[in-house]
Amino acid sequence: MLQVEAVVKSFDDFMAVNGANLRVGKGEIVAVIGPNGAGKTTLFNLITGQFKPDRGKIIFKEEDITQLPPYQICKKGITRSFQIVNIFPRLTVFGNVQVAVLSHQGRSSNLFRPAQSLAVKETKDILEIVGLLDKEKNIAGSLSHGDQKILEIAIALGNEPELLILDEPTAGMSPEETQATIELIKRLAQMRGLTILFCEHDMDIVFSIAQSIMVMRHGQTIIQGGLEEVRSNKEVQEAYLGGE
Amino acid sequence: MIHSKWFWPTASIFILLLILPLFVPRFYVYILALIYVTSLLAMSLNMVVGHGGMFQFHHGVFYGVGAYTAALMLTKTSMPMWIGFIAGPIVAALIGLIIGWFCVRLTRLYFAMLQISLGSLIWAIVYRWYSFTGGDDGIHGIRMPSLLSSLNSSYYFILIILVLCLITMYMILKSPFGNALQAIRDNPQRCEAVGINVRRYQLLGIVIATFFAGAAGVLFVVLERSVFADLLFWVFSLEIFIMCLLGGWFTFLGPILGTAIILTLRTFVGRYTEYWTLILGIILILVIFFLPEGVMGYFQEIFKPRMKGMVQGGKTIDAAG
Repeated sequence: MLQVEAVVKSFDDFMAVNGANLRVGKGEIVAVIGPNGAGKTTLFNLITGQFKPDRGKIIFKEEDITQLPPYQICKKGITRSFQIVNIFPRLTVFGNVQVAVLSHQGRSSNLFRPAQSLAVKETKDILEIVGLLDKEKNIAGSLSHGDQKILEIAIALGNEPELLILDEPTAGMSPEETQATIELIKRLAQMRGLTILFCEHDMDIVFSIAQSIMVMRHGQTIIQGGLEEVRSNKEVQEAYLGGE
Repeated sequence: MIHSKWFWPTASIFILLLILPLFVPRFYVYILALIYVTSLLAMSLNMVVGHGGMFQFHHGVFYGVGAYTAALMLTKTSMPMWIGFIAGPIVAALIGLIIGWFCVRLTRLYFAMLQISLGSLIWAIVYRWYSFTGGDDGIHGIRMPSLLSSLNSSYYFILIILVLCLITMYMILKSPFGNALQAIRDNPQRCEAVGINVRRYQLLGIVIATFFAGAAGVLFVVLERSVFADLLFWVFSLEIFIMCLLGGWFTFLGPILGTAIILTLRTFVGRYTEYWTLILGIILILVIFFLPEGVMGYFQEIFKPRMKGMVQGGKTIDAAG
């Protein structure tokens, strides 16, 4: 479904991503792991168009999306959540998700209908799945950090993506919230048939959710493969797992 | 807007404004009408500044363009006045489209600087082109049709257009587009990530706002029967900006309050001293320190706990607008 081929991105002299390769098949849950500064977030930014790669190709459903702007990539069916909470703090929880739902339905440029009454069911469905329905009227900026991270995912679901990218979905969460988020991600994959690509520091989470793992180091892909293959790889143990 | 709770207070204010000219002196009718005209201008600016989060620093240009378009069509052509009145906002929106097209490619201060430059270009043309625009003399003694010949009839015309514009603006701000615009203000990056073409929405916001600014310009001609190049000067644009800040730029009606405060100060304090801006300056400093969300924002903050209970359906912030 998604193929990243030898992608390179540098900032001034720093090679943030230097030859990353990634394959994500339909319905798969794929994790990207690597030490801090390995280029995981940059790689996600390249896939979703926030940055343009210097070299390399990104192909989604047989289509080259390398040079598209973020909003078009979103329309192709890839949405994401952000590592650092990135929501609309002045809007309500409902409003946050509704913006995405209306954008997906192509109704955002409607000038004269009151937005309050549009896409209510779709928005509430999403809030129900992620468990934020009871807080729909709260101002997003006043939510706890954990809830804001969940809202991140809810906004990304608003566009009914085929591929959902989650950048450290459990960062900064309490153990209970983390557990709930893991359950949520599993549920999304099963119920909605979503393809999920995520990165995460916690190895327990990675090995409990992912079906395939890609390991990055210094911006380069070391290996991508199944759990056992990655676990037993010498280079990976040296670079990452061994150090844990 | 026509929710039961707000309907009667709003209606009674409207009726009060309707009968006011019958028993207050002409001078006050004029000042009120001037406040309406300038309010519409300030509200149109607030659409992009407060709700859209764009640094529209030279909004006066579109006011001036609207006014000059109407004035030129009324004096230089024999077309019916209604065409001139409609042309004002349309030409303003067109200029808004052209200037906005360049500006949305930049952000924040760069957006503001580019807009001041491009806007000043138009000011320079108006200021220098004596044979067409009258240069720094402006255009005076524009004849209005008999329907708008008296001050009172102008007053009513302005009031009605203002109310129509406010209703339209309110609808736009509560529409999906208005929501998207406010979402862009809060977080443009996230908007791109949910599939919103940020630049196109910002440009559309500018076009709508400049359309209403042009409408305000036409109303200015109706009231003053003259236009002058100062309308397009950047200092005046800054004054409108201050009206929005003072009134409360995250609220819907705040700019009206800001306009009323500034125009009242200028009219009544300006009588005693030409340094009335000194008092304005002190008020501004106090507002920035103690009411960072503006006067209207402050009132909303006070009444919020009460309003929260009333408002239904996923809206609490800026509910009363």
